[in-house]
Amino acid sequence: MATALAEGGIMRRPSAKSGIGSWLTTADHKRVGILYGYTAFFFFLIGGLEALLIRAQLARPNGHVLTANEYNQLFTMHGLTMIFLVVMPLSAALFNYFVPIMIGARDVAFPRLNAFSFWVFLSGGLFLYSSFIFGGAPNGGWFGYAPLTTLQYSPGHGLTFYALGLQMLGIASIASAANFVTTILNLRAPGMTLMRMPVFVWMTLVTSLLLLFAMPVIAVALFQLTFDRLWHSTFYNAVAGGDPLLWQHLFWLFGHPEVYILILPAMGIVSEVLPVFSRKPLFGYSAVVFSGIFIGFMGWGVWAHHMFTVGLGPYANSAFAVSTMFIAVPTGVKIFNWTATLWRGAIRFRTPLLFAVGMVAMFVIGGLSGVTHSLVPSDYEQHDTYYIVAHFHYVLFGGALFGLFAGFYYWFPKVTGRLMNEKIGKLHFWLMLIGFNVTFFPMHLLGLMGQPRRTYIYNANMGWGGYNLTETIGSFLIAFSMLVFIFNWVKSKRSGTIAGPDPWDARTLEWSIPSPPPEHNFDEIPIVKARDDFWHKKYAEDPAGRPVPVPVGAAEATAEGVHDDSEGGAHKIHMPSPSYWPLVAALGLPFLGWGLVFGMLPIIGLGILLMLGGFYGWVFEPLAS
Amino acid sequence: MIGHRRRTSTSPPEQPGRGSSRRAIRGRRAALAGAGFGLLCLLLTACTGGPQDSLSPAGVYARRADNLFGKVFIIVVIVFVLVEGAIVFFLFKYRERPGQEAPVQIHGHTRAEAIWTIIPAVILAGVAIPTVKLIFDFAKAPPAATRIDVCVTGHQWWWQYVYATKCPAPGTSGTEGTVTTANELHIPVGKPVYLTLNSIDVIHSFWAPKLNGKQDVNPGHTNHMTLEADTPGTYYGQCSQFCGMSHANMRLRVIAQTQGDYDAWLAAEKQPAATPPAGTLEAQGLDLFLHGRNNSGKFPGGQACAGCHTIGGVEGAAGITGPNLTHVYSRQAFAGDTLDMNPENLRLWLTNPPKEKPGSIMPNLGLSNDEITALVAFLQTLH
Repeated sequence: MATALAEGGIMRRPSAKSGIGSWLTTADHKRVGILYGYTAFFFFLIGGLEALLIRAQLARPNGHVLTANEYNQLFTMHGLTMIFLVVMPLSAALFNYFVPIMIGARDVAFPRLNAFSFWVFLSGGLFLYSSFIFGGAPNGGWFGYAPLTTLQYSPGHGLTFYALGLQMLGIASIASAANFVTTILNLRAPGMTLMRMPVFVWMTLVTSLLLLFAMPVIAVALFQLTFDRLWHSTFYNAVAGGDPLLWQHLFWLFGHPEVYILILPAMGIVSEVLPVFSRKPLFGYSAVVFSGIFIGFMGWGVWAHHMFTVGLGPYANSAFAVSTMFIAVPTGVKIFNWTATLWRGAIRFRTPLLFAVGMVAMFVIGGLSGVTHSLVPSDYEQHDTYYIVAHFHYVLFGGALFGLFAGFYYWFPKVTGRLMNEKIGKLHFWLMLIGFNVTFFPMHLLGLMGQPRRTYIYNANMGWGGYNLTETIGSFLIAFSMLVFIFNWVKSKRSGTIAGPDPWDARTLEWSIPSPPPEHNFDEIPIVKARDDFWHKKYAEDPAGRPVPVPVGAAEATAEGVHDDSEGGAHKIHMPSPSYWPLVAALGLPFLGWGLVFGMLPIIGLGILLMLGGFYGWVFEPLAS
Repeated sequence: MIGHRRRTSTSPPEQPGRGSSRRAIRGRRAALAGAGFGLLCLLLTACTGGPQDSLSPAGVYARRADNLFGKVFIIVVIVFVLVEGAIVFFLFKYRERPGQEAPVQIHGHTRAEAIWTIIPAVILAGVAIPTVKLIFDFAKAPPAATRIDVCVTGHQWWWQYVYATKCPAPGTSGTEGTVTTANELHIPVGKPVYLTLNSIDVIHSFWAPKLNGKQDVNPGHTNHMTLEADTPGTYYGQCSQFCGMSHANMRLRVIAQTQGDYDAWLAAEKQPAATPPAGTLEAQGLDLFLHGRNNSGKFPGGQACAGCHTIGGVEGAAGITGPNLTHVYSRQAFAGDTLDMNPENLRLWLTNPPKEKPGSIMPNLGLSNDEITALVAFLQTLH
């Protein structure tokens, strides 16, 4: 790298097509997607282990598995991990791999920025976890309420790692969101109008827009916290005229859109999977799309329902209670449309369908308990109890994760070329569904029985022991179901049945190309004539509206005037070249972070040098290898 | 006694290692019994709620919140059954059968979609009206003439109560003659008790589930809430906003009494503490309390007790960092309401406070056995 800089930033672009070097330098959206997927799944296992430790501690009253400080670190890291290092990047993995293909593009708009997003995400995650080595992880909760998180009440480095680590992850998210908004708006194949886009692409667009506007809000709050902690500013110091409640407003103004950032991708996946396995189009496509957009907008107007007990006064509480109630309407529309998609279908019980239906069924429970939170005087009881923990696990585990697993099973054959084992897949589904409900359903009762969240011990006489033990048993069942999933993944990847391009008789463009797809995705950019274009190339409709297979060859005959920007065969297609620089630039961030945490100027300098060097090389590197 | 970590001298201390195998077997048996009990509860959903159960309200505020929840819960259950029922029914009815014709490609139904948009909106509007009304009812302060005023201050990790209509600024002591106590809130039944909530450090949240929901206790931003109890009794609660290391050990109880009992309690609280006669062990304890080891004003691990604690009527004991101890031995529990009040637990506490309440601001003072004996004897006189 030093020589590269010496040569004025001109350095040959990497050309490795395989091996670890190719993964470190790739700018191919599919490979970046795979990197996101494996990294996030690795963090998922860590976050899961943290959850098991938490459950082990709570299995019995006054547990001795963890100390108070260990417990506080673990529940903080569990939340941060599952939100920022698991659900968001797992969604990003699927965005990366499939959105370009689903809109008929050959890559994302900014391939190197895409690689940069991934490396920053990985750097941020590792930086956050390095806190365990450097004196203790953050222990202030994922919500990090000031003034507890200021230096006065939380000395040590944990919460500085929190402030800087989340900032890095935010950079990754903003870069990635800008990339996907641009990709979806600009790189659609001819004829792929907005209202012909698959719902998953729509939800990616809404999610990306939410990220683009929500992440800067938390960035401001995190900068203020960083300044309070490192340079003794007083944004959140009430005694010095600061306002701790400012943090809560900024945090939840980010935090509530964040909830939709987590769930909308899963809603998109379910909207793809249910039609394919019901052999019917999505019921009320426009309603599903517009309710998603509406949720995206309304998501900005409900943040203070996280703050009903803060003391905002009856007018604010009433306004946010009403907005919270009415955000249930578009959510309900989605659920009813999914249910109606099953209606009069020909439902094939394959694993992706099971997970998609599981998502809908569990999300309904989370949605309904969500409505009860809007009953403000009742929320005064529910707030910060296990009732809330139950609610958001039904939304984020029952909703987002079940949806993501539906996506993994659905798209696994496209990525690997092989089918996942159905029997083991179904075993995984039932274990996970049962484990999930055994773990999280009793939490509703515990919360109403008065057990607060974030407490490392409780007394036997509170009567919470039985439910807690049940939950702990359930959590180990979930862990077991994940082992089943990993086994299935490894086994199927090695020796699963060859899938072919279209194993599910599906509807969208990604199934029109080989599995796994070639690097350039499409030999010829498709011309899109309808929503579910691939389905309509395969089937016509008889007068009764039933699909009739189109004779082989007919589809090609109708596809006249093929748009082909490669002026020739697949080998002449220009694809983005790999690059070292996104990785180099991203690596600067954790060094900058460590330098700031420990006040070490040389490390700060190294971080800045890496970043500037990376960007310099990035700007001046030759166009192709 | 309900609701306390039993910490007697016989109970095993917290150890990093595992217990004996016999304890493990007992643990496993308890675990099995617990699992059975838990499953039974799940099936019957008829467990009695326990001391912090928000579903068995004991005061008008908690009851009104519970009523609203109960009504909406019925709607929730109906929607749940309809939606989940439809999903399960469709899955069975429309499963693919061999030789079946491909299904008709239905793209949607505008009228049906309009209906299932409008109906939930109408139901929610119906729910919104009583909710908003109740929000405003809860926010109303009861008339000053009929209510009791208590100033609540959150500390890491204990509660301070000052019985006064005008609250002292957080971090200052109450005016002469006001009653100041900790963790146990005494109230008369059938009378609204208007709490003024402030925090001295981080954000806490005051919550006694059977009497009312919670209200955050913020630094630099005063909140209010009202409690009312129907019948005499002890109502448990705890801090419910994560407030640091020992958040789980910041508990509280509300002791609701008849007006007569309450008046008697208040009168007793107003009395200064009795000074122990000279030459006794208790007097020796008072001396340590005020002047530390060998009159140095401190102990090996920190300053003398009086630097942080007030005892009404004892000159030189006016610290306000820790709880007011004027009548500490009349309380049912101490240490953030986690330890039952008895000589053994006092001894345990004085031996190493941060061990009992991790992160506790009261440090391990490095007291000798004799010093602890004298201090415990003295503290027992503060009833």
